[in-house]
Amino acid sequence: MKVVEPLIFEMSAPGRQAHSLPECDVPARPLDELLPAGMLRESPANLPEVSEVDLVRHFTRLSQLNHGVDTGFYPLGSCTMKYNPKVNEWVARLEGFVDLHPYMPEELVQGALKLLYDMERYLCEIGGLARVSMQPAAGAHGEATGLLIIRAYHQHRGQGHRKKIIIPDSAHGTNPASTTMCGYRTVEVKSDERGGVDLKDLERTLDDEVAGLMLTNPNTLGLFDENIHVISKMVHEAGGLLYYDGANANAVLGISRPADCGFDVVHFNLHKTFGTPHGGGGPGSGPVGVIEELVPYLPVPLVEYDGSRYYLNYDLPHSIGRMRSFYGNFNVVVKAYAYIRALGPEGLRRVSEDAVLNANYLMAKLKEYYWLPYDRICKHEFVLSGKRQKDRYGVRTMDIAKRLLDFGYHPPTVYFPLIVDEALMIEPTETESKETLDGFIDAMIQIAREAEEEPEKLHQAPHRTPVGRLDEVRASRFPNLRYRREE
Amino acid sequence: MKGHRYLPLTEQDRREMLEAIGVTSIDDLFADIPEEVRFKGSLNLPPALSELELVRHMKELAGANATVNDYACFMGAGAYDHFIPTVVDAVLSRGEFYSAYTPYQPEVSQGTLQTIYEYQTLICELTSMDIAQASMYDGATALAEAALMACVVTRRPRIIMAESIHPEYLEVIRTYTQGRHLELVTVGTQGGRVDLEALERTVDKQTACVLLQTPNFFGLLEDGPKVGEVAHKAGALFVVCTDPISLGVLKPPGEYGADIVVGEGQPLGNPLSFGGPYLGFFAAREKFMRRMPGRMIAMTEDNRGQRGFVMALQTREQHIRREKATSNICTNEALCALAACVYLCAMGRQGFRQVAELCLQKAHYAAERISGLEGFELAFEGPFFKEFTVKCPLPADQVVKDLLSHRILAGVPLGRFFPEMRNHLLVCVTEKRTKEEIDHLVRRLEGLA
Amino acid sequence: MTYPRDLRYTKDHEWIKAEDSRGRIGLTNYAQDQLGDIVFVELPEVGRELERGEVFGVVESVKAVSDCYSPASGKVVEVNEKLLDEPELINKDPHGEGWMIVIELSDPAELDQLMDAEAYEKHLEEQMQ
Repeated sequence: MKVVEPLIFEMSAPGRQAHSLPECDVPARPLDELLPAGMLRESPANLPEVSEVDLVRHFTRLSQLNHGVDTGFYPLGSCTMKYNPKVNEWVARLEGFVDLHPYMPEELVQGALKLLYDMERYLCEIGGLARVSMQPAAGAHGEATGLLIIRAYHQHRGQGHRKKIIIPDSAHGTNPASTTMCGYRTVEVKSDERGGVDLKDLERTLDDEVAGLMLTNPNTLGLFDENIHVISKMVHEAGGLLYYDGANANAVLGISRPADCGFDVVHFNLHKTFGTPHGGGGPGSGPVGVIEELVPYLPVPLVEYDGSRYYLNYDLPHSIGRMRSFYGNFNVVVKAYAYIRALGPEGLRRVSEDAVLNANYLMAKLKEYYWLPYDRICKHEFVLSGKRQKDRYGVRTMDIAKRLLDFGYHPPTVYFPLIVDEALMIEPTETESKETLDGFIDAMIQIAREAEEEPEKLHQAPHRTPVGRLDEVRASRFPNLRYRREE
Repeated sequence: MKGHRYLPLTEQDRREMLEAIGVTSIDDLFADIPEEVRFKGSLNLPPALSELELVRHMKELAGANATVNDYACFMGAGAYDHFIPTVVDAVLSRGEFYSAYTPYQPEVSQGTLQTIYEYQTLICELTSMDIAQASMYDGATALAEAALMACVVTRRPRIIMAESIHPEYLEVIRTYTQGRHLELVTVGTQGGRVDLEALERTVDKQTACVLLQTPNFFGLLEDGPKVGEVAHKAGALFVVCTDPISLGVLKPPGEYGADIVVGEGQPLGNPLSFGGPYLGFFAAREKFMRRMPGRMIAMTEDNRGQRGFVMALQTREQHIRREKATSNICTNEALCALAACVYLCAMGRQGFRQVAELCLQKAHYAAERISGLEGFELAFEGPFFKEFTVKCPLPADQVVKDLLSHRILAGVPLGRFFPEMRNHLLVCVTEKRTKEEIDHLVRRLEGLA
Repeated sequence: MTYPRDLRYTKDHEWIKAEDSRGRIGLTNYAQDQLGDIVFVELPEVGRELERGEVFGVVESVKAVSDCYSPASGKVVEVNEKLLDEPELINKDPHGEGWMIVIELSDPAELDQLMDAEAYEKHLEEQMQ
């Protein structure tokens, strides 16, 4: 196989180094005097030995094989790949945020606690919530936290028999996975022809066993559920609670607040809505907020203010407990805090307005070329289908996605949501200019034409990326998950 | 509203775009939101700050904190003040890495994919395990997921946990197992280490796994091989949670029978950051490959004959298997794993060992000096790596408080976790602590007695 | 395509072939085509008692996974261990070398309730529409 970039292990030569450490300044003793010989490692771990410059070049070259928001348009639906402001990276690296031990005495970390406290107030205001915990490390982690809160609430009220969580068929995979993780059973509810929750089908699922309903709103089709107040009423009358998956909150900042829609538990994805970077898959942050009635069940600790000092409160006897060590992804929260402060209330509303405007503009321009299964005003994203191209020219959505790479765009989310055949889920975000959108529209139109005229070009795409299509069958049939030095 | 630096659309753009959509105003785009759930008015948030004002404000907040650099820091207990070479942040600062999403499109994500593959390999090398995944949220959640995985693999309901595990980790396991029909059993300690006799009595045919942390919460090294033997005799899995830095000198768990090895990866090139973001590493034996939680990256080949990397075994994950997924994890801690990867490569074979040896030597020097002080003694006798528990002649909270004025963070008082250990102080000595700082600590402790 | 006449079929796209008191079970050509390249197969232990309609195994492709339901009740007496190393056999020869398990039928009459090849072909046609 040709090698695009060697593995760091393949660059290693004995004796090279990229480290420099001080000499031991305490009297050194033989290791076997300090520890039983049987506990000692016999030979050092096989880590690579490379020089500093080679190390830097290796990772720099690798970075250049990536597409990021900093390198180009990234309309990946449901992921909200907006620009990550540089100033947030800069402020988050301030020593006063980075070099804090989590168990430092509270009087030494009043700035950090104040930031967490104020951030909680901001998220409460944005969501219409009573309290928020910053502990969850990501969206799915927030989902599990929220479901356990729902569970604790029902148990506390002697309603422990409620075991069902209702989830629309358009939901993210994390929703049912989190449901299982919390010992609940998933019951799927169908979407209606307008893309919202089918109220008749919802009626069917509602009974004495319902613990709650998980909903993303706008949903994964990018559509705001116009019946949300009806849904809320129905679920609550059945004794269930409403969980808001905040994956798509970018559409409703300052426009509609989840708690005002009847949601009882809400998570936000700071790495989607509030501009913190995705990091190639994390770290994220998934704060969970609740209405007043559910505050007692939030994870410990909460940050409190007594009028003169901020402190951590562990005294929550009905709390579900801890979801992770310490207080959450603090440094991610710092960035999201800076984001909210940079935008203010008008700016946040403008974020959602522009996100929705950009999405509707793309949709209006593209629906002539690709099938639009739900033709109505969308919110921050919309879902096209490559069904026309598949049926007429044998071109799959995957081919369209791969061809987009040749134009320098990251493809939309594909084959999701599951209820749309050959789905292409497009989310431009508010941080893209009209010129960028127009460029993308031109590329999509050209690809639609190519599908008709030269489908083979699409089957073979991408042509201009560092690597071509990869053999995923081989990767999953005989997984090579690590490098092994040749003997 | 005036223009904003993050929002490129001009008024002219907006007009043209609305026209192309066929509506007259932005409000028309929100007509589907029912009146009764619309938010009226303006959010009650502080007004927007210019970049200059924002930086000033953030510096003020940051400045309201003292940092570990203002003190000689002897605090550990799950978060460690290790040296981070500058190359780590230089790599992490590249927008191509940090502004990318999960590598769902491998053709334009080889950077992320290859670094994770390298990271997986490095974790395998450290732990002497066959396979590793791309990262969990932190050490505590990695341990909880290991326990859940063991229950699925063995189809047994009982999780046995040593009480010498970090108390916050035990709490997380308790939270994670709520609602599942699982049974948690803690086994007490004897001299700060898990009570082996009690353990032997407890492990049975219903036991899915035995969870052990070594070095444990009190800093002590557990008898890993013995605990592994007890677990295996009953057909249970042996899960080890460890400090990765310790593996520079300590026998890797893979060499004494561990089936799953997890731990907090923060010490590997990630700053303290008031508790997060960190990363949990997660390694296992090959036979558990298809039961692993989270992402795994595999090497393969492209249609041009080039080597490349892809996400493998995705059918385990939530986006495909939904309610039957091995875990609900989606977003993980990729950038923290990249930090760990760069850190380990920068330290290399020799440097990594040297870091561990420096910790070991300095911690033992400090322990010996402190235990020589009138009124202070080591709480436990067993072998330790970089942390040890000191029994003080006064409440440990008081010790910490008194030493602050001498610019020392003396350690973590254990009374917050165990009321009966009010006088116990958990002291951590990393390679960053100098002899001078240790001697200073010893002198000031002496002054307290 | 035409489906082998000596097999019986389920709506979930499993087939079963009567071999005296035993039944050989596998996935249909349609099922393997829908899944794509199969990368992994999970099989039951020999000796396991299966109810009709119970999940006996799992097949996985890169982006899809499917449970396999037993067309009839009985005890597993043989599993096709070749599939563990060569899962692609199901793609190559679904009704032959790609068989998955053999069970000792507890009620051979159960097979009469399954579709014959003609009915199955019709079922597929309906499904396509």
